[in-house]
Amino acid sequence: MSAADTQARPAAPVGREPYATERVRELVTPEGIDLKLRLAEMSERATAFLIDGAIIIGLLLGMTLLAFLTLVSVGRSSVEITAIIWMLMSFFLRNFYFMAFELTPRGATPGKRAMGLRVATRNGEPLGFDAIFARNAMRELELFLPLSFLFVYGREVGGWGALAGLVWCAIFVFFPLFNRDRLRVGDFVAGTWVIRSPKRALELDLAAGERATSIVITQAEADVYGVRELSVLEDVLRRKDPETMRAVAARIRGKIKRAKAHGETDQAFLEAYYLALRTRLEGRMLFGHKRRDKHDKA
Amino acid sequence: MKELTLKSHRFRKEREAEWRKLEDILARAEASSAKALSDDEIIALPVLYRSALSSLSVARAISLDQSLIAYLESLCTRAYFFVYGTRTTFLKRIIAFFARDWPAAARELWLETVIAVALTLLGVVVAYMLTTRDSTWFYSFVEPTLASGRGPAASAEELRSTLFSEEASGLSIFATFLFTHNAQIALLAFALGFVFCLPAAYLVLYNGMMLGAFIAVFTSKGLGVEFGGWVLIHGTTELFAIALSGAAGFRIGWTLAFPGSLSRVEAMSAAGRKAAIVMTGVVIMLGVAGALEGVGRQVINDTGVRYAIAALAMLLWLVYLYVPREDADR
Repeated sequence: MSAADTQARPAAPVGREPYATERVRELVTPEGIDLKLRLAEMSERATAFLIDGAIIIGLLLGMTLLAFLTLVSVGRSSVEITAIIWMLMSFFLRNFYFMAFELTPRGATPGKRAMGLRVATRNGEPLGFDAIFARNAMRELELFLPLSFLFVYGREVGGWGALAGLVWCAIFVFFPLFNRDRLRVGDFVAGTWVIRSPKRALELDLAAGERATSIVITQAEADVYGVRELSVLEDVLRRKDPETMRAVAARIRGKIKRAKAHGETDQAFLEAYYLALRTRLEGRMLFGHKRRDKHDKA
Repeated sequence: MKELTLKSHRFRKEREAEWRKLEDILARAEASSAKALSDDEIIALPVLYRSALSSLSVARAISLDQSLIAYLESLCTRAYFFVYGTRTTFLKRIIAFFARDWPAAARELWLETVIAVALTLLGVVVAYMLTTRDSTWFYSFVEPTLASGRGPAASAEELRSTLFSEEASGLSIFATFLFTHNAQIALLAFALGFVFCLPAAYLVLYNGMMLGAFIAVFTSKGLGVEFGGWVLIHGTTELFAIALSGAAGFRIGWTLAFPGSLSRVEAMSAAGRKAAIVMTGVVIMLGVAGALEGVGRQVINDTGVRYAIAALAMLLWLVYLYVPREDADR
């Protein structure tokens, strides 16, 4: 007993948690609470960027069409003002689209919003204009230089030159894959990172619903499992997939050696078991025992 | 019956209304800005935020409902970024930038700026000497498209005609083009500084060399003074801006190589932000330079006036950026 108490366990494998814990960073607020920030995955950031890119290109095409139509309908007198507006707009779109959106309280471009991401400083300070400018000005190096190299200079410098250029560009394009915090060069220079900040709805408390109370789970039966099994069970009950529920119910019944009662549905059984297990575990938690999983005998 | 005994459920029932209220305020604040909120809500926000934080802390201790904890976690994070986010208005930020941040950042980068200016001058002198000795050097420094007929082969009369313009149409297009083009180059010079300063140094040096090659060609035809007026009317602003962008690039490249007493990551973000402020100023300066070049130079065809404007612009920039102010250092 005491040996089990003091024995240091290896950190529980991540299992069915929705995010790998290696992407979780702690932010301690001035109030002393540690908020768990989850870094954005590369795939999410790439998707967000593609959305933003599509918006920018769409706007550029729209503007060009509009300029063309103006020239056709108004005639040559409007050429000067149209050209100026077009040039300035494309300059601002290319350089300030990202900056303008990241300056808003939401700290995210439309693409990032769609993916539930936001930009934040790594030390928790307010996100200032200087940081936003720095992280976006670096896009010249990470994106526009490789692009112009690919389409313009690549043809002029010949095979070896093109290869060297490609390697050089690849260093910056794939920079985020080579560091722990998934920083691109702009994030590195500006002291920022991109985190997940999705809006989550408050879901129903599974312990709250009305239910048939005919199923009684004894304390001994509830003592079979720990916190990890409880969270798996919570997932199963929220998804309500009949196949999974049947398999899980059969598994639990087997474990606690209990036959399926007449007229008892799998869902009702699982809900009753969830409630019993949660009551038991939370009760023990109040006395300082948090039973990690079924192997935790403490 | 059991529901009543479950503490975590009772806890949730008691606090839920507050969370919903915070969520509602946040949703509106994020959608537009703090202006969308009433005074009562502004006052309530920090209180609700702290209460949500304490709820999170309690929930972690007593509840095993993981969806509840995830909800509170996301609610608190959103509230944190709003409560501790930037509270100043856009206008105040702009005022602070011009009154304090930009000159202070430029002063802090003085050494890099001196180096960038020295590199530009070095480029000018080297290209001038080489081109004066052997005029074919000109083609190594200036691309044919940029030279557009101006070169060692052109006659004095042809060169003179490029310096003074008669017609004045399409000026603002030209100014806009120059601004966007130069600003893009400056941003590139800044970003390239990241690669241990070298590409940024090359850009600054090359910029000086082009100028030197042109000076050599025009001086050899006895048009040196006129060319000076033609190039300096906007050149004092533009060359200074390019030098500043090179300086900003040097700062981040140098910090990457030699971070000093801070860790490399921390030193980089401090240097990057400082350099970014300077770069914002550079973009503004290039806008001014574009206007001077595209409009001022085409309208003003008197060399003396051109020099006067050039000197005035330089003086204004130097005074604005480098003369210490009392409130600037606070």
